[in-house]
Amino acid sequence: MTGSLFKSFFRAPALSILKQRGLPNVGVFAMQRRLFASENDNQMTVREALNVALDEELNRDDRVFLLGEEVAQYNGAYKVTKGLLDKYGPKRIVDTPITESGFAGLAVGAALSGLVPICEFMTFNFSMQAIDQIINSGAKVHYMAGGIVPCPVVFRGPNGFAAGVAAQHSQDFSAWYGSIPGLKVLSPWDSEDAKGLLKAAIRDPNPVIVLENELQYGVKYPMSQEAMSPDFLLPIGKAKIIREGKDATIVSHSRSLNYCLEAAEKLQSDEGISVEIINLRSIKPLDVNTIVESVKKTNHLISVESGYPHFGLGSEICAIGMETEIFDYLDAPVERITGADVPTPYAENLEALSFPNGDLIAKVVKRSLYRQK
Amino acid sequence: MFTLLRNAALCSLWPKIAMSTINRRALTMTTKLLKNTLDEKASYPGATESYFTTEMKFIQSIAPIPTYRVMDLHGKVIDPTQEPQVSKEFAVKIYKDMITLNIMDFILYEAQRQGRISFYMTNYGEEAYIGSAAALDSQDVIYGQYRESGVLLYRGFTLDNFMNQCYSNENDIGKGRQMPIHYGSKELNFQTISSPVATQLPQASGAAYALKRSGKKNCIMCYFGEGAASEGDFHSALNVAATMKCPVIFFCRNNGFAISTPTLEQYKGDGIASRGIGYGIDTIRVDGNDVWAVYNATKAARQLSVEEHRPVLLESMTYRVSHHSTSDDSFAYRSKKEVEYWKQLDNPIVRFRKWLEDKNWWSEHEENSFRTSIRKEVLNAFSKAEKLLKPSITDLFNDVYDHPPQNIIDQRQKLKTLIERYPENYPLKNFKNEGKDL
Repeated sequence: MTGSLFKSFFRAPALSILKQRGLPNVGVFAMQRRLFASENDNQMTVREALNVALDEELNRDDRVFLLGEEVAQYNGAYKVTKGLLDKYGPKRIVDTPITESGFAGLAVGAALSGLVPICEFMTFNFSMQAIDQIINSGAKVHYMAGGIVPCPVVFRGPNGFAAGVAAQHSQDFSAWYGSIPGLKVLSPWDSEDAKGLLKAAIRDPNPVIVLENELQYGVKYPMSQEAMSPDFLLPIGKAKIIREGKDATIVSHSRSLNYCLEAAEKLQSDEGISVEIINLRSIKPLDVNTIVESVKKTNHLISVESGYPHFGLGSEICAIGMETEIFDYLDAPVERITGADVPTPYAENLEALSFPNGDLIAKVVKRSLYRQK
Repeated sequence: MFTLLRNAALCSLWPKIAMSTINRRALTMTTKLLKNTLDEKASYPGATESYFTTEMKFIQSIAPIPTYRVMDLHGKVIDPTQEPQVSKEFAVKIYKDMITLNIMDFILYEAQRQGRISFYMTNYGEEAYIGSAAALDSQDVIYGQYRESGVLLYRGFTLDNFMNQCYSNENDIGKGRQMPIHYGSKELNFQTISSPVATQLPQASGAAYALKRSGKKNCIMCYFGEGAASEGDFHSALNVAATMKCPVIFFCRNNGFAISTPTLEQYKGDGIASRGIGYGIDTIRVDGNDVWAVYNATKAARQLSVEEHRPVLLESMTYRVSHHSTSDDSFAYRSKKEVEYWKQLDNPIVRFRKWLEDKNWWSEHEENSFRTSIRKEVLNAFSKAEKLLKPSITDLFNDVYDHPPQNIIDQRQKLKTLIERYPENYPLKNFKNEGKDL
């Protein structure tokens, strides 16, 4: 399936999506507004939603504290922690030395000793320096210690593709963390996701990885009245259907959803194809039921993500297609669209070819529906 | 001149006895300053205590760090002011724990050799670290590496607890999930052992930060070896502990070997202690085979840590008489003669026994009868543990999370179905509850 994806890649013209890097697609945005228009006029950027989530949880529970590089004085490299130092002081908003293994380990130790640390990685690319602390200690200690010591730590920060920052700053670690027993892994897309999932992560007694996306930070999304409440939580392990449809199911998460929505809009208006889009929200545990129920209706399954193809989230979605009752409902093989199997290049034109876009998604959906040769 | 003035101002605040010394120092400094106007303070944000000089010199080493000692090799106290004022009961408990550890090690090592347990690590030659356990408060939290069973023993981990863990039986606190010797006890404030060396160090800093925030008058004790000090985690842990002022004692058991790698190949420079100074951490090196040196230094370190929220590095110099583990034969890389030398001439147990005997707190008779009785107790616990059932099969799936998510429930259900369908392939007689609780 990866082979056919590549064919599509090279046939696809390098499109105008490049010019919109870092900005939400206008079409997508208009569509989202329509989707939530019935609620009210509350708007919030993903960054603000994360900030509010942190603020509310710091305020609610004295055990919660935040640490990482530049999180205090500098308000965070991406300003997600803005204003929190002034409000909660240096005991609870802690600037650390540049030592991921050190402060990630410190977070694990503090969690084992009764605090609830929120450990910010400037980007998840840098979490590789602390990977042993997260996987070999954080994820496993509760099990290894016979269930006597919980490790309620949250690791959060931007993940996935960004713009113009190349191989070492632009990659998706969903599959890495999603494969580890003991971890919960969340991937918020819009502002409601950001707030509800981060708050749920902080209150969860297990170690949770919250994979944000840098390019989403500045995007404004509507917030429902319910989501504005300090009691708003989203359930971990539940996906959300962000667009209902009957012809094909797209499973995706995070930034890639923008391109799925763009493709869905195009397919609807140009071809009359109705696409259902599932926002996974939670990578681990994965909401298999929502996917199964959707495919029972649409009989076509396409997974879209920005991670590498091998052993990735898309592979997992394909496996679900084989191992669950989905298999009996499929009218075409499961398709997966992923990032290219190369380290992310810097040059704009090369970078654009490395990640899914709306045109590619539309093309693959049509192929799945036998509407394109 | 600025320096001189400041010193003079300080003098007026200081007690009179100290004044003359300080004045002399101030005078010497004036002379120096007059000679060389460059000899002034260099105030950079990255080095606040430096001064300018015209002498171009690379610094390779500072004076060797001394090794603090209370007793000589014969258990004689060198400086009476350093002898700790402790009761007979207190001292004898430490000694008895050293002997118990020694005997337990011997029996479990042999058990591994006979194939009855899969793995073991002995503490031979390093038993004096129990002195550090004796200097702590029972609420101080331990982050061990793996060769610190004696600390648990001192805190009251029973012989049954040890044996149950090594046998992974139904009474193992860890529910049969960890290799032998990876002990842990919430009750005794001993964090479960983590195999990858040095990962416990940053965690200890974090636990110390949590302790400090809680306002408790306690500290974290973190043990590790000199080999672990080559890991990045050691450096990051010391750095964050120093910058975040965490009440943690980093206790380095410098026993000469990291598995087969001798210290000569592990590092250059003056041991591990010199690094503490680099991180701005209060540092001391002690004779690690001298129980009282270890005890005194730990007690003082604890004071600094608890009262002033300062991390401390304590380098305890010893010699690993043991093989690294049961997976190692150390005579492939060191001579028996060398090991014999340490066993005979610098044995922490012998040294401490001599001290006790000089006090008339211990005798040949007590030695023999204690050894006989404790050996019997260890063997009893050993055979009891061997006969117990294995942990319940549900423990395979429990505790991955606080509540099992669907993927865990599905796995458990699948196993249950398989067991019901093919019971002959899943003999569960030796499991607690025989699989009925799955």
